[in-house]
Amino acid sequence: MVTGDVKLIGSWASVFVMRARIALNLKSISYEFLQETFGSKSELLLKSNPVHKKMPVLIHADKPVCESNIIVQYIDEAWSSYGTSILPSLPYDRAIARFWAAYIDDKWFIALRSILTAQGEEEKKEAIAEVEERTEHLEKAFIECSNGKPFFNGDHIGFLDIALGSFLGWWRVVELDANHKLLDETKTPSLFKWAERFCNDPAVKPLMPDTANLAEFARKLFPKPQP
Amino acid sequence: MADEVILLDYWPSMFTMTTTKIALAEKGVAYEYEETNPWVKTSLPNEMNPIHKKIPVLIHEGKQICESLIQLEYIDEVWSNTYPILPSDPYQKAQARFWGDFIDKKFYDPSWKVWGTIGEEQVTAKKDLLEHFKTLETELGDKPYYGGDVFGFVDIALMGYYSWFKAIEKFGEFSIEAEFPKLIQWTKRCLERESVVKSIADSDKIIEYAYVLRRKLGVE
Repeated sequence: MVTGDVKLIGSWASVFVMRARIALNLKSISYEFLQETFGSKSELLLKSNPVHKKMPVLIHADKPVCESNIIVQYIDEAWSSYGTSILPSLPYDRAIARFWAAYIDDKWFIALRSILTAQGEEEKKEAIAEVEERTEHLEKAFIECSNGKPFFNGDHIGFLDIALGSFLGWWRVVELDANHKLLDETKTPSLFKWAERFCNDPAVKPLMPDTANLAEFARKLFPKPQP
Repeated sequence: MADEVILLDYWPSMFTMTTTKIALAEKGVAYEYEETNPWVKTSLPNEMNPIHKKIPVLIHEGKQICESLIQLEYIDEVWSNTYPILPSDPYQKAQARFWGDFIDKKFYDPSWKVWGTIGEEQVTAKKDLLEHFKTLETELGDKPYYGGDVFGFVDIALMGYYSWFKAIEKFGEFSIEAEFPKLIQWTKRCLERESVVKSIADSDKIIEYAYVLRRKLGVE
């Protein structure tokens, strides 16, 4: 593949953008990162993703690919001979990885975000309880998928590691906001240890945003009502 | 392999067990079909699908696969030596997945709210649905199928909703054919396929069922 013909439209703070960047790092693909300005959408973004008008958009040889999990799979397939495999090789394992990735976005993330948008203490407590319950499902998923190995994908980080791990920066920000541990060493010990391994992976480390910066950004994105 | 493929379904399922049946039929894979009613609590569906607690479930060699598009990809990968559902080119594949995802995420909600709700909620659902139909018709363009010349992933995903079109038209009070003639022409092409004809549910029975659901939801 010709390097220099890969562009990624995104933002340093976006979980979904990070997924694409981790995948590109795993395959050692160089790309031009086109940082969107907060509060507006560039012409290129609107042109490349007219349906959803959202980042990330991967533009490979002028052809756009949208939706983070679809982009990650595309990267794995377009550069299949590069680096390690991102998706598992067996159809059943792939189906399980896709199922949990969809669960993370459709159920788990929604619960996490509702902590930030909760109005009042009652709502916040309910949201926290929901996240804890859903995180326990993910703990079981990790044990099942990893089969004793360090990552969901086995020896190396893969699709499901990326799907969940990209949330770790925001996970910490929400913990601070909620003043409550959301990744608990005693409740979900496997996930807790996995998180540290994930963040230290060379494909991930340079991309994980600083918690303080992200917390400040969160205050812009989810302003608290004035008392 | 005519072995151990079971579909656990509730027959007018909006969750497109239709798509799974079409895919298995295209691949020539035999399966056992079991029906279960979601309004009746049984232990089996929950055990099989403990997370979302919703059927349908594909069971192959004792392993459970949930979610229709995930089932579609699984079927394509396991029975890879016959009729490809997804294109082999990574970019074309990404496009097919994108539209499958669009149908799954954007289309599903308004398509049931149009018959399942009333008042403001229903008006909004109808507006959204018309918009999504338009987007889908534009994407189809002049191609015979979403995959181009070949009936595939996106066609199967959208035909999963076909049985509900009549109910959508009735309660939404619009004609899909009048608004989106190209889309209806495409459905007619798809209905020429045996795999589709034997997998879809009866539209009139679906309307009867919609009435039942509307009463249960308190909107009728």
